Amino acid sequence: MSGHAENDPILKITGLTKSFGPVKALRGVDFELRRGEIHAIAGENGAGKSTLMNIIDGIHRPDGGSMLLDGKPVSITSPAMAQQLGIGFVHQEIALCPDVSVAENIFMSVTNTTRSLLMDYATLERKAGEILGQLGDIDPSVLVRTLSISQQQLVEIAKALTLDCRVLILDEPTAALTEREAQILFGIMRKLASQGISIIYISHRMVEIFQNCDRVTVLRDGQYIATKNVAETTPGEVVSAMVGRVIDNLYPAKLGDNERSDEIILDVRNLTERTRFRDISFQLRKGEILGLAGLIGAGRSEIVKGICRLEGEVTGEVRLHGQPLQIAHYGDSISEGIVYLSEDRKGDGLFLDMSIASNVAALSVEQVASRLGIIDEQRETAQAELLGSRLNLKCAHVGQPVSALSGGNQQKVAIAKMLSVNPKVIFLDEPTRGVDVGAKAEIHRILRDLARGGVGIIVISSELPELIGVCDRVLVVREGRISGEVSGDEMTEDRIMYLASIGEERALAS
Amino acid sequence: MTSIATPSAKVRPASVGLMGGVKQLLRMRETGLILIILALFIAMSFASPYFLTWNNLRAMAMAFAVEGIVVVGMTILLISGGIDLSVGSVTALAMVIAGLLFLNGVDPWIASGIAIAACTAIGAGMGFFVTRVGLHHFIVSLAVMVIARGLCLLGTGGRPLGLYTLPPEFKFIGQGSIGVIPVVIIIFVVVVVVFDFLLRRTTIFRKVFYTGSNEKAAAYSGIRTKKVVFLTTTLCSALCGVAGIIYMARFGSAQPTFGIGMELNVIAAAVIGGASLSGGSGTIFGAILGTILLSVVSSSLALLDVSVYWQDIIRGSILLTAVTIDHYLNKRRG
Ligand SMILES: Nc1ncnc2c1ncn2[C@@H]1O[C@H](COP(=O)(O)OP(=O)(O)OP(=O)(O)O)[C@@H](O)[C@H]1O
Ligand SMILES: [Mg+2]
Repeated sequence: MSGHAENDPILKITGLTKSFGPVKALRGVDFELRRGEIHAIAGENGAGKSTLMNIIDGIHRPDGGSMLLDGKPVSITSPAMAQQLGIGFVHQEIALCPDVSVAENIFMSVTNTTRSLLMDYATLERKAGEILGQLGDIDPSVLVRTLSISQQQLVEIAKALTLDCRVLILDEPTAALTEREAQILFGIMRKLASQGISIIYISHRMVEIFQNCDRVTVLRDGQYIATKNVAETTPGEVVSAMVGRVIDNLYPAKLGDNERSDEIILDVRNLTERTRFRDISFQLRKGEILGLAGLIGAGRSEIVKGICRLEGEVTGEVRLHGQPLQIAHYGDSISEGIVYLSEDRKGDGLFLDMSIASNVAALSVEQVASRLGIIDEQRETAQAELLGSRLNLKCAHVGQPVSALSGGNQQKVAIAKMLSVNPKVIFLDEPTRGVDVGAKAEIHRILRDLARGGVGIIVISSELPELIGVCDRVLVVREGRISGEVSGDEMTEDRIMYLASIGEERALAS
Repeated sequence: MTSIATPSAKVRPASVGLMGGVKQLLRMRETGLILIILALFIAMSFASPYFLTWNNLRAMAMAFAVEGIVVVGMTILLISGGIDLSVGSVTALAMVIAGLLFLNGVDPWIASGIAIAACTAIGAGMGFFVTRVGLHHFIVSLAVMVIARGLCLLGTGGRPLGLYTLPPEFKFIGQGSIGVIPVVIIIFVVVVVVFDFLLRRTTIFRKVFYTGSNEKAAAYSGIRTKKVVFLTTTLCSALCGVAGIIYMARFGSAQPTFGIGMELNVIAAAVIGGASLSGGSGTIFGAILGTILLSVVSSSLALLDVSVYWQDIIRGSILLTAVTIDHYLNKRRG
């Protein structure tokens, strides 16, 4: 840092503009990053956060505006160049090579910055091991394919940390992490910041921003709104700056006592899968939203995927509205009205190169087709437009490919896809991952409305405040078994974490 | 890419008036190809007085019509994420099987039915190895390409089978005309129109797009992706069978060495027409334009007396150019 005053910004951006065809993603954005600060960027889905980062990283070229690095004008034309300038980027979407080992994935980016032809594998391996060791328990020699999403996210982070960068960009890194992993990441971020590294941190979670960041810049519709010291503002203020209006209720009202029903929608008895879970029994009652909590790897997703026959060889009994469920394949499950929203929208939730309308129709194309199986494009469009407007989807038109949408809006398409079949039971795996505050509240309200309308809702989330805010009852899963159940006042983060990690079976009795 | 490949790409806000219509046309990925073909036609009509004659046009159309049927099968297979290198030898095998049966006294129509069924079974076999055993299309069809060619040579001793006694009503499929239009071309147009419609508008073929676009997401949408891939693999071979029979009727013989290198032509045509080797996109219309382009180039080069060796070099360069142009046109459209 020689020769620079401590308060000189390392990166200064003025008047940046960027359009994608008719879409103005950025319209004159200013941004300033100081040395050693953790700078949050907040904004709704599609506000332009990722686009701004992609420009800093050289993935996109700006249409106008200027960028100063260390006080000198730069034009970054490729991610490799960005790396050489000391900019590290953890993308919103995970992009690892699934068929090579964790260590090799981590080294991949190093090959760009090293000057020597020979790589010092011993040092690299030690370094990767060290960094992974700090982050969590991942074996560098296993194939990335075998890792869970959250572990993959950790590898992405490790990849960026291996580069000795001066600026580290984290685009919604915690969307795929559990609470505990997130805390570890925050510790590392603070350590890096104290070493003088500047961090840009994007998140839709106000708590994270207010606990860990020094300043926050708010974008709205591609426009720069404000930059504030976190100590001098409030989450409410940031949220209203983001959406341009006041959002009062983050979570919809829960089920009142008089609304409780004894009617059982889904009755699961002794569900067992060879290796993943055992003796799972629970009931989902009409009107309630049931949560599944647990650490990553506890088997939450596996249980619901087992019920709808997406994965695994499952034994046990499942009744839907009292009728034993006989399904051999996920297609049958959809016909019965039981659908699963995947936690990995890019990998197995969406057809990125296909249109929004085709994506929404994917669960049941028959629905928008005549009896002879001929698709009625007008019905397909109308369906997507209707569900899109219900979810407040932001797009130019539903013929756009899903890949042109921002992350949060892609998630809305995935949810619209579920709703298209008027399901009886929906399993939602991380339903608001990467979704902004306003849209999140909207999705929660829709879930509540669906539940009121008699649809069974089961939510899996690693974000405990979300589970506690949305669910009437939460089942905690630990190592493939249900280790406890909480509802009402008992639903606290401490209690759930306790059941998830220590999981006293006796706790059930009390 | 929103290409015309995704049927619902058409749900763009309707443009009005003539200008809107023109804009719509320019947006279609096929427009570029049509322009290239037109330019070639104009250039060739100056270069060779013979080019625009009815006889030459008819000969060109006959040349691509039968192969076009195979292109249809290949395009659908490519969309589902597969590929088939065996199309040339399976087409020849259909001819050889039907020819041998006919020479042994079987009615030619029944012999043809059996030959097409045999090709369909070969496709189903490949589908089995791909979807159940889990091998790659490339390897399975490479093996079948060699095996089927071997069977052709084995069955005929390597010599063409002269089928001089084929009844005229059978030869009619390959040689006859209704009015001035050759039957071959009528069959071709029917196949193209039917499959183009099916692919764009029916639920079954939509699942082919879903599967090719993202197989895992398709499975997570309740689509039986293995069944889809099995069916597209089978369909491609079945259409090769149909093409083989038409060739037999046209040549009045069964040629064991027919169709060597056909797979390259067919795959090139589909790709020039916008099909992606990674699956999920492609149209019948585009692929047929690709076929026409390659065929027009071939016959132009022949008319201009270009050496055969140069012809290959030029054809390869055209493939590269067409795909590059298409790539940029699509990128611009976003
Ligand atoms: N490659 C692209 N092609 C076309 N439009 C794009 C492209 N990338 C982004 N956009 C558009 O630019 C706008 C800003 O998108 P961006 O991804 O930067 O949003 P974001 O703030 O990161 O949102 P999120 O919180 O949902 O991730 C959106 O309207 C999006 O649809
Ligand atoms: Mg983003």
